[in-house]
Amino acid sequence: MKRSLLIGLLAASGFLTATVAKAETVFLSTQLRPIEEATAVRNVILKGLAAPVEYVVEEPPQFAVRMEAERQAGKHTISLVGALHGELSPIASKDGFVPLDDLAKQLADNGMPKALLDLGKLGKDKQQYIPWMQATYVMAANKQALQYLPAGADINKLTYDQLIEWGQKMQTETGQPRIGFPAGPKGLMARYFQGYFYPSFTGGVVRPFKSADAAKGWESFKKLWAVVNPNSTNYNFMQEPLLADEVWVAWDHIARLKEAVASQPDQYVIFPAPAGPKGRGYMPVVAGLAIPQGAPDETGAKGVIEHLVKPETQILTARNVGFFPTVDAKLPADIEPGIAMLAAGVQATQQAPDAVISLLPVGLGDRGGEFNKVYMDAFQRIVIRGEPVTDVLSQQAASLSKLIGDTGAPCWAPDAPSQGSCPVE
Amino acid sequence: MQNDKSWIPYVLIAPCVIFLALLFLLPLVQTIWLAISEGGMPSLANLQTMAGDLNFRSAIRNTFLLTLAVVPIQIMIALAMGSMVAKVGAGRETILWIWTIPLGISDLAAGLVWLSILQNSGYLNSMLFTLGLMERPANWLSYQTPIALFFAIAVAEIWRGTAIVMVIIVAGLNQVPKEFGEAAEVFGAGRWTRFFRITLPLIKPALQSALILRTVLAFEVFAVVYALGGSNMPVLVGEAYTWQNQNQNYGVAAAYAVLIMIISLAATFVYLKAVRVDPERLP
Repeated sequence: MKRSLLIGLLAASGFLTATVAKAETVFLSTQLRPIEEATAVRNVILKGLAAPVEYVVEEPPQFAVRMEAERQAGKHTISLVGALHGELSPIASKDGFVPLDDLAKQLADNGMPKALLDLGKLGKDKQQYIPWMQATYVMAANKQALQYLPAGADINKLTYDQLIEWGQKMQTETGQPRIGFPAGPKGLMARYFQGYFYPSFTGGVVRPFKSADAAKGWESFKKLWAVVNPNSTNYNFMQEPLLADEVWVAWDHIARLKEAVASQPDQYVIFPAPAGPKGRGYMPVVAGLAIPQGAPDETGAKGVIEHLVKPETQILTARNVGFFPTVDAKLPADIEPGIAMLAAGVQATQQAPDAVISLLPVGLGDRGGEFNKVYMDAFQRIVIRGEPVTDVLSQQAASLSKLIGDTGAPCWAPDAPSQGSCPVE
Repeated sequence: MQNDKSWIPYVLIAPCVIFLALLFLLPLVQTIWLAISEGGMPSLANLQTMAGDLNFRSAIRNTFLLTLAVVPIQIMIALAMGSMVAKVGAGRETILWIWTIPLGISDLAAGLVWLSILQNSGYLNSMLFTLGLMERPANWLSYQTPIALFFAIAVAEIWRGTAIVMVIIVAGLNQVPKEFGEAAEVFGAGRWTRFFRITLPLIKPALQSALILRTVLAFEVFAVVYALGGSNMPVLVGEAYTWQNQNQNYGVAAAYAVLIMIISLAATFVYLKAVRVDPERLP
């Protein structure tokens, strides 16, 4: 009696999970993880879809492990993934995604910029992911800092020399280093070097890694670092030290400044990163949507992608989570003031006459982490440990050269295109 | 005639042996293979990458320095606590209970507790500022103050990890018969003589267990360091974590894991030889 009851229960629960798994399209994302954002995705952004979608979030390292495990096991539960360009690249390098060329063509016809769509090819012939949302990095300053701005400096056209002068002035007047960078273990400092520092000082990322321009840039960065808060090597999200008043001027990803700006929009200003001798480097951040090979519900996943890239949904996304549209969609005037400020900062960055756009690394496969390490190790050795610039650059250039050679990645903008793997000159 | 029942113990321990073999030995072998192979072929590339890495030397140095600083102090404090509580009559259980509170706190939580004390806007700076001892908040945990950072991590580790040593030592002290001490006292032995000549030799097995356990755990220190120092103070487990998660190079992470295991095994071996225990006193 008892036994049959147990079997019945087991069968029933098995039946239940089977039907649930069948009915729902599982959407796994490394983005929009905080509970408020995930709730907004579930209750607002994904609302209005005919078929139910199960929105699940995972931290990037676990995401990589899970995708690899499903690929190796050949047992797929996930129909749709949403992740950053760099997180999708290792999976695409193992042919883990269903090509999405039809969708891409449709979106190109509807006005999605070609440059953006091409990023989704990840250096391959076929479309690997569909650009979902974009963001970039900007500077934020507490309004208390503005009184120390050097005479004649325009905050929207700041140069590195002016930033250094600004920092020195704040240091002498307030007795504390007031500039901050997210150089902590989970901070995005590597992106600063790849997308902002190198393009601004050398006009490239890989090719001029150890050039004389780069060496000059590092010398100037050392001067800047002298007026940077030494706790920067512990900062991961700059909104925290900004809100704690530890730091007045900071560079970070807009999503990592959002909390400060959204909670006190009157207290902060948002402006583009400074310009160096070669221009004003900046790097877009792109999150993409992709369908894993063997996805249980490919059709459902395509439906979700189509829904997410509709202009209305894209505006809803910007309004709720502060990532900006990848399609042609105007943000409404009544958007939250913090998000409007960030949007204005992003626009000022993109439209700066001296802007040098730096694309995300393409073709590095699963070596993206080690690519970041090259830049962070150079920073660690030159700036933190004070080792001689040229020695460090030539040693790190050797690791960079080996890494790029191993992956065979061709140059990406702003480096000049290459035949074969990108050379370190 | 009595049945031969010598097989019973083997059957009884079999589930646990199989369990450990499946969930411990198998992953161990896989990890070792991951560390010494590349693309399915034996290779020393991962070990070379590890040894040539920027943080390798400092991670080894910091881990060893931390172990050398923390373990002896923990043993001394635990011995002192154990000896003190031995003289207490009423309320002994309550005191022990309070002393073991840190045991129930996860190491990351312990790190965060100390972070809230030592960070710029933390309790220590607030207190010093209120007392007028400093003009502005000082940095204790930055790369510019490596000694303060080391000291902070050592204090946090001592606070967190002494309780386990004390529990083992109190258990050891409980087994020492009172008569030995009393007899020695009759013959005129002082407190210190009794401690060094009678108590310490008699609790050697407990001491050995405590040393092995604490030292192995000290080599595996991670969460407290990560919470307080981030990447400012590299340690071995922290490097393994970074290679696994940030750099996504599982081979080098496995190489670090194997290195930590070898160091722990070597330390255990040294203790087994150095703190020799009379076989008759083994449980």
